[in-house]
Amino acid sequence: MRYAMAIDTKKCVGCADCVVACQTENNVPIGYCRDWIVEVTDGTYPQLEIELRSERCNHCDNSPCVRCCPTGASHYEKGGIVVVTHHKCIGCGACIASCPYDARFSHPDGYVDKCTFCIHRIEKGENPACVAVCPTKCMYFGDLENPNSEVSLILKKRKHKTLIPEAGTKPQVYYLI
Amino acid sequence: MREEIITSGRLNPHIDPYLEIWHWQIPLYLFLGGLAAGILFFAALYTILGKEDKYPGAVRRAPIIVPFLLVLGLFALFLDLKHKLFFWQLYTTVRLQSPMSWGAWTLMAITPLSMVWVALHIREYFPKWDWKYDILKEIEAFLVKYKYYLAWIIIVYAVILGIYTGILLSAFNARPLWNTSILGPLFLTSGLSAGAATIILFAKSEKERILFAKIDLLLIVIELFLIIHLFMGFLASTSVQIDAANLFLGGQYTAPFWIFVVVLGMVVPAILEIMELKHIKVPVIIPVVLVLFGSVMLRFIIVFAGQMSRWLY
Repeated sequence: MRYAMAIDTKKCVGCADCVVACQTENNVPIGYCRDWIVEVTDGTYPQLEIELRSERCNHCDNSPCVRCCPTGASHYEKGGIVVVTHHKCIGCGACIASCPYDARFSHPDGYVDKCTFCIHRIEKGENPACVAVCPTKCMYFGDLENPNSEVSLILKKRKHKTLIPEAGTKPQVYYLI
Repeated sequence: MREEIITSGRLNPHIDPYLEIWHWQIPLYLFLGGLAAGILFFAALYTILGKEDKYPGAVRRAPIIVPFLLVLGLFALFLDLKHKLFFWQLYTTVRLQSPMSWGAWTLMAITPLSMVWVALHIREYFPKWDWKYDILKEIEAFLVKYKYYLAWIIIVYAVILGIYTGILLSAFNARPLWNTSILGPLFLTSGLSAGAATIILFAKSEKERILFAKIDLLLIVIELFLIIHLFMGFLASTSVQIDAANLFLGGQYTAPFWIFVVVLGMVVPAILEIMELKHIKVPVIIPVVLVLFGSVMLRFIIVFAGQMSRWLY
């Protein structure tokens, strides 16, 4: 099993519904977020090109955050989801410094927090909150090892990229371009 | 032209607009740990070489400050933790891939070892010292007998402690400025240099002072070489590392780094030490303070500048 997400940058309108859904679903403290929208503009007027991306933890296959954690609080769950065990986290900040995507933050309660792919929803067979609420249905979630899952099928059909693959992290959030 | 903005307003405290997760506690600890490693290294080295009586400043006198440095450093590390009450989780597991885990276990070993070392040489400061209980006297006699082996254990731990302070940072590929294997040797050399300089203060004889001035001089030259090597490596590397190097070559850390670390912390004390070797009288405290100052600034600047360097995507 290898959970992954595919996000269609051609369909995303940057409404930030996924951001709000995540904050509500996961009780993210005010002023923090586990996912966010990036708008990239290329070119000079009038030749402009815009790419919109909903970004979050990439649940990397080769996670620097899991490697550098001194207590094992940051670990892989089933399907490669990277999760922080709160009562094992000492809040040293090593994983925050190790993430090239800056996807982690220090929760006001002390431990380190980040996107969990809504693991509590996945266990019930539901999609992550961000995927579930997307009004343009631009996000796909599923098991990469299952060739018939939604995410496998769309990745077979469309050109895609990942963020800073040259950092060697093997990110598992794919962007359709 | 290319513009990237986070439109949903990600403003996670200490993450945006650039990383600020480590404050003064970490660089202060890196300095104290490096200095402690430097002092213990020379104390153990001259014990192993059998020159204890020739260089009592290094072997018997200077190590008295080491337990204080380490306890202070540990306290700084503790202050850095955001989930403080769970700090003991560090000692429930050994994680070979995590430099921080290595560091936690090394400190656990070297702090008591340094205390034992000080206890063995306590008569240097309190000539009439007598252990109250017989068991302590027996332990002391045992340790004195096997001091040579104790010195070997300490020297290994001192090198691990000194080099790990750099590896801690170089293991983060997310921060291009830190992601260079030169940082390990650079921090080790800087720690040894700070240790040698401190030993000069504790030295009793002119001969010992001159030896450690010479050692310090050599270490400063190695440090300068490593710094040149560091920038050569960055400038020949990928664009993110070139950007990281530019923080020091025209960017906002240019003045503090070259003035405080290189000129005041290395070049000036090196010149003063050369003058001393040529028998021109210089108050010994000046080069020593400058070396320690440069050593502190090196860690602060590398830790803060490293958090500003990043992968842009």
